[in-house]
Order: sequence, then structure tokens, then C-alpha cells
Amino acid sequence: MLNQENKMTDFAEQIRIGLDEALDQDPKLILMGLGVTDPKGIFGTTLGLPQKYGRERVLETPTSENAVTGIGVGLAVTGHKTVMVHQRLDFFLLAMDQLVNSAAKWHYMYGGQQSVPITIRLITGRGWGQGPTHSQNLHSWFTHIPGLKVVMPAFAHEAKELLRLSIDDPNPVLFLEDRWCHVQKAELSDVITRGSIQLGQAEILVPGDSLTVVAAGFAAVESLRAVSFLKERGINVELINLRTLKPLDTATIFSSVKKTGRILVVDSGAEIASFASEVVSQVSRNCFDSLTSAPQIICAPDVPEPTSHGVTEEFKFGAADIAKKIIEMTESNIKADWTILNNVPHDAPNSTYMGPF
Amino acid sequence: MTTTTNTLLKYYTLAQKIRIVEERIAAEYSKGEMRCPVHLSIGQEVVSAAVGMAQETSDTAVSSHRAHAHYLAKDGDLYRMIAEIFGRVTGCCKGRGGSMHLVDLSVGFLGSSAIVGNSIPVGVGAGFTHKLDKSGQLAFTFFGDGATEEGAFYESVNFAVVNKIPVVFLCENNLYSVYTDLTPRQPASRKIHEMAAAMGLTSFEINSLDPIVCLQETLAHVLWARENQVPIFLEYKTYRWLEHCGPNNDDGLEYRPNGELKAWKLQDPLRALRESLVANYSVTVSELDAIDSAITTEVNLVFEKVRTDPFPTLNESMQDVYA
Repeated sequence: MLNQENKMTDFAEQIRIGLDEALDQDPKLILMGLGVTDPKGIFGTTLGLPQKYGRERVLETPTSENAVTGIGVGLAVTGHKTVMVHQRLDFFLLAMDQLVNSAAKWHYMYGGQQSVPITIRLITGRGWGQGPTHSQNLHSWFTHIPGLKVVMPAFAHEAKELLRLSIDDPNPVLFLEDRWCHVQKAELSDVITRGSIQLGQAEILVPGDSLTVVAAGFAAVESLRAVSFLKERGINVELINLRTLKPLDTATIFSSVKKTGRILVVDSGAEIASFASEVVSQVSRNCFDSLTSAPQIICAPDVPEPTSHGVTEEFKFGAADIAKKIIEMTESNIKADWTILNNVPHDAPNSTYMGPF
Repeated sequence: MTTTTNTLLKYYTLAQKIRIVEERIAAEYSKGEMRCPVHLSIGQEVVSAAVGMAQETSDTAVSSHRAHAHYLAKDGDLYRMIAEIFGRVTGCCKGRGGSMHLVDLSVGFLGSSAIVGNSIPVGVGAGFTHKLDKSGQLAFTFFGDGATEEGAFYESVNFAVVNKIPVVFLCENNLYSVYTDLTPRQPASRKIHEMAAAMGLTSFEINSLDPIVCLQETLAHVLWARENQVPIFLEYKTYRWLEHCGPNNDDGLEYRPNGELKAWKLQDPLRALRESLVANYSVTVSELDAIDSAITTEVNLVFEKVRTDPFPTLNESMQDVYA
């Protein structure tokens, strides 16, 4: 007898199911982007959808990131919710005018009369030599623009519901998918059901009392490995998976810091004006009396990411770096075999991955 | 094609309303109560009026920074436009957008944008909705010659042609981008409407200096686009009399060739329309004066009343960031 509870799924499949459900439930919803109908189907996340919903609703677009974003705005303000997707966030930089001057401001600027229900899926490259222009983590930029929402799922069990919530939302939502999150797995029985979470709600992924770790996206995946590793060795830190960067669930962060007295923010973006800096700023301004040590961040260096796999291992932080930082901050004294945390390839999501993209 | 006197009178009324409103803004601007950039369409009125005559209320439209004329031609509410320019809470954007951001959803005017080329794809998106909904509506997107130098223009035209979107691209070529003429911006041998045709659009050039032909051609081309539900491109030969931004004559800056402005003013299409109505359509001068006078009365009332309207409170201006 098949045990339904042990059936596995992964993040990419959950995205595809979420899109399928959304297209099925809203006959006016449009899904468009370069590659949504191609044989690879955006890393499998759109496979089968053009056949099921037609090539007008699942629309292959020209290589025109800026206009396509504006066309999405035009569709949305006239009654067609739109999901757009870019296989690398970096290409979406060509669309900053439509994102910032149109999508983000339309509702406010025209007196609150027209909302812009668009969801923009941006896939972040990681590893395998993606290099300076294929692996940028620019989520912090997007949070700086009034009128945008920024969602950053980490795990397979939350991916679908966070996507559905983003599509349901009447505002422009940037939905950031780290390429390596796509291979995260979950048991089907653990998949979050409709209506049980909201945008703007963080999750206490691991409860603990000696330090608060805050992370989102793949940084949360790596933080979970570090925190679990330390928990097995008697160090109990709390891990908050943000899920949404904007609006930010400051209540959950503040209440955790008031309990632990310490905060470490782990962020895949470059350190200057990073989202981690924003979290530290808010915690410092609101929980100063509770802090027993200086807040810390782990970010990418303020350097474009090099391509060579000869240097990327040192360049990128990993679970071991997070664990070591936690040990330093909690003044713990353990001897650990770090090779356990370093047993995954530094530049691939798993040992079978052979690229190319 | 014959055009009835009634149609021409409506056309005249629309163009004259635009001129009287724009002249009133220019006349009162120095009082310092309209504290935002204004880009006036004096000299270009018949283009908007001709397009306005071709538009159905259910059609959608978007425009650029120079949008007053397009908004009024789409029958956008005059009071709410002037209130917006005065920064009052009764403005069409509650005082958040100013002159460059106009909206009147009751007549399908979706918005206008201060960023050159920015609203072109949004107009194509609206046209995409009309196509998906099979509603027979057209989407109009207004822009100037400068916008045809923006990437968004090429991307939008390409998308509209590939996907057969019912959108009317309207290019008002007034020869200048701020103070810069076309010479350093576009090759002299390349016409904008020819380039649009080469990109796959059915494309026409229309000379606004003959106002009746301008109307007739606009009506015919838009009707064709409506019946066939396809994108078209209309380039209008037109000319802006005042400075790029603001209420003043700027001929003294000498960026226009000597005598150019004077020559265009001598061919004022609105005056030509007025003269033709009297000479060829049995309309009396007093009938036309009565139209002008009714518009002036309406404009007087609007300018008087908006000044008594409140500004938005800061609290009101902090709302609506999210829907």
C-alpha cells in the first residue's frame, strides 16, 4: 500500500502546481515570460501549462524585459492578473523603469483607483560559475521601493502557498527563487495548505534561546543546516525564516531578540546597504536594551561574484561559516568536525548536478 | 470623404477647449499656485481633438508628460485636472501626480507618465486585455518623437505586431525633445512612420496643418484598426509653440531656427479650421464665438472653484501605497 504521507515533492514542482492551480481558478490570469512554453519550461516550473491553458494565457514573450513588464502592468490595471518570470534576476534589471516608475507607484500615484496585481518571479543563479551577471542577489533594492512587496521562499513545503498568496495579492510582488531552492525537497503531507499563512508573516523555523538567526531564501536553507548542526551539539539558537522581506514581520524578530539578546542576520546579498543591515538597524532602534552583544551580519562581500570555481568556495559563505559565527557570538566552546557541514559541493545544489544553467 | 458640419463643430469645440485651457494655465502660472511642471500643447491641439473624435468612451488611453490635451480629448474631467495641477485633494490623483499624471477611469484614460516612453507598453498591455476579452475596444498610446528613441518603444511595437494587439500608436512629432532638434537624435533620411512600417505596423503620416484632412485621415485609420483589431501607427506633423516645460515663449533661446516658430504660427491649424468652417461650411462667426465663450465661462468657473478646494492632508497623502 502506497503511503501517501511519505510521498516527496520538490520546490520546483510546488511552483508548477501553484501556477496550475492559480491559472485554473482565475480564468483571466496570464502567465508570461521568455521560456514559459519552451521544452525546459523554466526549470520545469511551467511544463504542461501552455498545453493545458493555451498559448494566449501562457504566453511566450519577446526578449523585451522592460516592455513586457509594462504590458503586465497594462494587463493588470485592466483586469488581467499577470505572473511574469525571468530565468535570471539579472535580466530583469532592464525592466527597472516599468517596475519602479509604473508598477510600484501606479496605485498610489493615480489616487488609489487602480491596483497592479502582478507577480514577478525572479530566479537567482547560484554556483556553477554563474558569475558577476548571473547570480546577483538584489532583494534589498526591491525592498527600498515603496509600493512593492518582496517574497523570498526557502523551502519546498512553503513555495506553493507563498506563490499563491503573491498572486492573490492586489499589489506588485517580487517573488525571488534561488535556483538552489528549486531542488529542496519536502514530504507532500508537510506542504502548507491554503489559508494557513499570510504574506508578511515570518516563521520560527527552529526555536531556541541563546541567539536569534534571521534569514530568507537559500540563506535560510544554509542557516537551518548550521543551526541543526549546533543544536545536536547543545547550542540552542532560534532560527527565523522570514519568507517575506516586505512587509517585514518585525514583531516576530523583536520578540525573539528580546528573548535571546543576540541577533545574527544571514543574507545572500552584498553587505553594503544589505537587507541584513536593515534588519540590524530596526532591531538596534527597537530592541537596544535587550541586546547583550552587538548585532552581526553574514553577507556576500562588496565585490562582484567571480566565476572561477577555484575561488568561489572561499568567496561564498556556507553553513560552516554561519555555525562558526554563532559559536563566536554565543561564546560557546565546542570542537566540531566541520567536514560534516562541508560535505556538499560548494558550487552545485547537489552532487549529481552538472549544469550547465 | 465628406465630413458633416456637426462633426467639424464638435472637432473645433474640442480643439478650442484644449487651447483655452492651456492658455489659461499659461496666463495664471506665474501666480505660483500651480506649483508643478506643466507641458502645454498649444499649437498641437487639433491632433488630440482629431484622435478624440475617433475614440469611443470605452476605448482606453495612456499618455506622456504632455497629456492635458489627450486627457481632455478623451473627455477627461476638466475640473479634476485643474484641481490636480493646483495640488488639491479634489484632483484626479488627489494631488499625488500633478500635471504629468492624469487619470479619469470613467472615460478610460488610464494614466499619463512623466518618464519618456514609459506609458507605451502599458497601453499595449491594455490593448492586450481588449484582445483577450474580445471586446472590440482599442487602446491608444500617445507619445512624442523623443519617445521613439527609447527602447520601450521598439519593444512595445514589436510585441504589438507579433501578438496583433489592437493598439493605436500616436506619435506627435513636434521636432524637439526639450531644446534638442531631430538632427543629433535621428538620421534625417529616416522617417519615424516609415520605421514603424518597417517594424510591421500599418503606418501613416498625418499633417496637422490641414485640420480637416487631419480629422478625416485620423477617423479613417482608427476605424480601420477598430474593424480589423490590429495595431496601427499614426505620426502627426505638428509643432509646440511654447517652451518644453512651462508657460513661456522661449524663442529667445534661439534653439529653433529663426522664423520657424513664426511660420508655424502663421499656419495655426485651429485658426485654419475656424476660417474653413465659416468659408466652406456656412458656420457664422457668432456661432463660433458663442462656442468659445461657453468654454471660457466653464474654464473661469473651474479656475475660480478649485482655488477654494482643500489641499490633501499629510495623512491622506500617506495612504494607498498598497491596494
